[in-house]
Amino acid sequence: MIRFEDVSVTYAGAAEPTVRGVDFEVPEGELVLLVGPSGVGKSTVLGAVSGLVPHFTGGTLRGRVTVAGRDTRTHKPRELADVVGTVGQDPLSHFVTDTVEDELAYGMESLGLAPAVMRRRVEETLDLLSLADLRDRPIATLSGGQQQRVAIGSVLTPHPRVLVLDEPTSALDPAAAEEVLAVLQRLVHDLGTTVLMAEHRLERVVQYADRLALLPAPGAPLTLGTPSEIMAVSPVCPPVVELGRLAGWSPLPLTVRDARRRAGTLRERLSATPSKSAAVTKDPGPMAPTEGPGPTGLGDGPAATELGAGTGRAGDIESTGGTQPAAALPRPSAPPHPASPLASPFSSRFFRLPGRRTPGTAPSPAEVAVVEALAVRRGRVEALRRVDLTAGPGETIALMGRNGAGKSTLLGALVGLVEPAAGSVRVGGAVPHRMAPRDLVRRVGLVPQEPRDLLYADTVAAECAAADEDAGAGAGTCRALVSELLPDIADDTHPRDLSEGQRLALALAVVLTARPPLLLLDEPTRGLDYAAKARLVTVLRGLAAEGHAIVLATHDVELAAELAHRVVILADGEVVADGPTAEVVVASPSFAPQVAKILAPEPWLTVAQVRKALA
Amino acid sequence: MTKGDPERPTATAAGHRPAVRWGSPLPERDREPGTVGPQRPAPDAAPTGRPPKSRALPLSRTPGATRANALHPGAWWIWALGLGTAASRTTNPLLLALLIAVAGFVVATHRSEAPWARSYTAFVKLAAAVLAIRLAFAVFLGSPIPGTHVIVTLPEIPLPHWAQGVRIGGRVTAEGLLFALYDGLKLAALLVCVGAANALANPARLLKSLPGALYEAGVAVVVALTFAPHLIADVQRLRAARRLRGRPDRGLRGLLHVGLPVLEGALERSVALAAAMDARGYGRTAQVPPAVRRTTGALTLGGLLGVCAGTYGLLTAAGDTYGLPVLLAGLGAALGGLWLGGRRSPRTRYRPDTWGVRAWLVAGSGVAVAALMTVAASYDPAALRPGVVPLVAPALPLWPAAAVLLGLLPAFVAPASQRTPAPEESS
Repeated sequence: MIRFEDVSVTYAGAAEPTVRGVDFEVPEGELVLLVGPSGVGKSTVLGAVSGLVPHFTGGTLRGRVTVAGRDTRTHKPRELADVVGTVGQDPLSHFVTDTVEDELAYGMESLGLAPAVMRRRVEETLDLLSLADLRDRPIATLSGGQQQRVAIGSVLTPHPRVLVLDEPTSALDPAAAEEVLAVLQRLVHDLGTTVLMAEHRLERVVQYADRLALLPAPGAPLTLGTPSEIMAVSPVCPPVVELGRLAGWSPLPLTVRDARRRAGTLRERLSATPSKSAAVTKDPGPMAPTEGPGPTGLGDGPAATELGAGTGRAGDIESTGGTQPAAALPRPSAPPHPASPLASPFSSRFFRLPGRRTPGTAPSPAEVAVVEALAVRRGRVEALRRVDLTAGPGETIALMGRNGAGKSTLLGALVGLVEPAAGSVRVGGAVPHRMAPRDLVRRVGLVPQEPRDLLYADTVAAECAAADEDAGAGAGTCRALVSELLPDIADDTHPRDLSEGQRLALALAVVLTARPPLLLLDEPTRGLDYAAKARLVTVLRGLAAEGHAIVLATHDVELAAELAHRVVILADGEVVADGPTAEVVVASPSFAPQVAKILAPEPWLTVAQVRKALA
Repeated sequence: MTKGDPERPTATAAGHRPAVRWGSPLPERDREPGTVGPQRPAPDAAPTGRPPKSRALPLSRTPGATRANALHPGAWWIWALGLGTAASRTTNPLLLALLIAVAGFVVATHRSEAPWARSYTAFVKLAAAVLAIRLAFAVFLGSPIPGTHVIVTLPEIPLPHWAQGVRIGGRVTAEGLLFALYDGLKLAALLVCVGAANALANPARLLKSLPGALYEAGVAVVVALTFAPHLIADVQRLRAARRLRGRPDRGLRGLLHVGLPVLEGALERSVALAAAMDARGYGRTAQVPPAVRRTTGALTLGGLLGVCAGTYGLLTAAGDTYGLPVLLAGLGAALGGLWLGGRRSPRTRYRPDTWGVRAWLVAGSGVAVAALMTVAASYDPAALRPGVVPLVAPALPLWPAAAVLLGLLPAFVAPASQRTPAPEESS
């Protein structure tokens, strides 16, 4: 159905081809998942299927791409519209009309289908994607998952034989992602649609794929194989596969169900290990900020650089787990002494926070942030109702909940972007929305969902200089931070040319220049591959160990399991759960990480914990 | 036209299947039973069977507005323009207030929650601003209306000789002020009527009534219009982000600073949208015989030339014999070219709005108000244009007022919108 014959793509102005020698074939009715670290050209391969590469993007395509027998060289994207349906990363930039029903019909109108046919297909598609109740709704009022389903439906109505999807679930909460994936599964099984998609969150999608296409590195040849074959060699893999590799299972399990069936002996071994005591105490175990003396991620060279190899990533997770038993620390929020040799080399150099309490004391009035009975209104909608939250120094809190639950609003209230309608917000004893921006940055910093919003300058160096000035920090402070986070970044790089992960790191450095005791992150792992995510985890752990309180809003259950001491779940603007990570996430089928599902009832959350227990 | 419907048989089978979720390891959440499969209506049954979800409107027994019975947007525009025409015929404040109330009432009962419906508030604010500016001008720049009732005397700024006829400050008379009020109210009523049309008629739906040859250009215009709200949202987000950098988030400098990133973002979004539209078949053309293509070109070009020549003829004194016929012929040729040009575009219309009885009633009520008011203006000009010199209290002329009330008809015959709360996106 889709056939790539020795395809390489070189964009205008690029010295090297973005993808080289891609040669594979996708037969009809298969769901093929394109995997690989970010920056290897996955989007380019997807774009070549619909003809957008090179007809729309420019550049040179060598070789031949045929879709349903049509050569993309001679067919423009609009002439392929009846065989290929494409959904890009951001569904909002895909919509042409403003209501659900019109959007579903738009593609068919362009193709000139008869009105009766259009009507029937719209009704069918509304049912297929469970959109019947939303048919008259303006698209702007839909939630993220609903929008994604409308976007898929809108390319489905012309009955394309091939569906191309770029990161269809990255921006969605776990339940909405399930919804979208169930639809895709149904299309493949019921209608025989051929699906080619790329996705970073492999833990969500890998079990649905018939075959995987792996692009291991930029310019490397593409390999196609069964999921377990590819997963055995892939530099990116979900926790279930990582656990399988750790336990030496063969063939590798891809689903929680497969892994659970094999995990009997592993569970026994784990329940017999002495360090179990550490994990079952109230302390959420090895995630406590215990910095091992081992080589911590950031400073140590190539393994931690962007697109670092898979081995480097695994090492990062392991090393930050540390070797010191977690039970030695009385509570998760207890930070180690700032000057202690245990602190990470990264953070100790830059974040000597004055006046922090010693480990083991009861919660003092020095809580970094206190939110009491907070209510926020947006027009007639109550975005938050009676929300209470406290964050102490060294504590990492994950805010979870479906799209639109009020996570970003709560972060906005903590940083003073949103004015409370009732209740109070105090950050370091002050009211954030009344503070002057200059004072505010020294108390609280927020890395927004789109880190680019924070970056205005046209080079990294200019951005750093501006950040030093904004924060009143000494010249070079920000640049030193950037060098720690991104070892090999040139001064004259334009922030727009950075990858998602690099841009996030730059925004993080800009925010950290003012050394705020409270650090907020909104969806930090959106668009990050596993390597970039592992580096982020290392950095944030280092910061927490230094006494920064960190609050992150995320849909990524694996990230929450790795990092958070506490998880707060929001629903419709109210806190519905607040407690230690292990207790909250294990109790919920949506928010439990894969390792917890596999090893339940044993209280393990991440592969790193298991690895350490077995060591 | 693919009348043959080359659809694969598997596709039709899908709709009849009960909802089965494949391979999902998690229990399903928040999915209403029965939204898939069994209750699927027959393909040609109009989906009017659904009960309205919202509170029933007390006064109207009209059906809830759905896609199937949506009123033709053209009907709303004719109604609103009719009210506007009526407003331009009178300066009687009581009649104007009645007109504004009528338009406002219909908007209040029939406005949907859609984004374009929110523009009504903006139009009302604009109308109030126009009124205020008109009054301020009358106070500070004086008024040509001679008056004897002086309310206040402002200090007059002496102006040089060459600025004779312009006055700043000076006497403010009740007559002048009242005249400005009547005049401003007329403008405000016009604006409110246009705002009502904007709020009630979906601009994209209006587009569907365009001839095929203009449709694609129309899509571009509508897409461009929807970009304005996105741009405003971007500016707000980026100004807020300045606060996160420790810079003041208010003031003009903040606005200027975010200009470039905002434009960058808008450009990127446009490119992404253009790619999506291209991939969805925007701009596909059908093969037409060269003869048809040439005829189209000739007709359009000739028609436009004819329109120009005819208009020139009408406007000059010498050409009143040939002006009108040439204009009409040119118009006809241009329309013919447009119609023929539509054959090049293979696009079809999905559920175009039908012009039914309700549309006739709504449009008719607007036309009736305009016509009756025009008649009344020539029949009884004094009642519709109450004098300000001498000062008299305006009286409400009974028959014109009754005519204005005809404009309320849409409130009772047009399908009422169902209000569904719009969830706020926060993440």
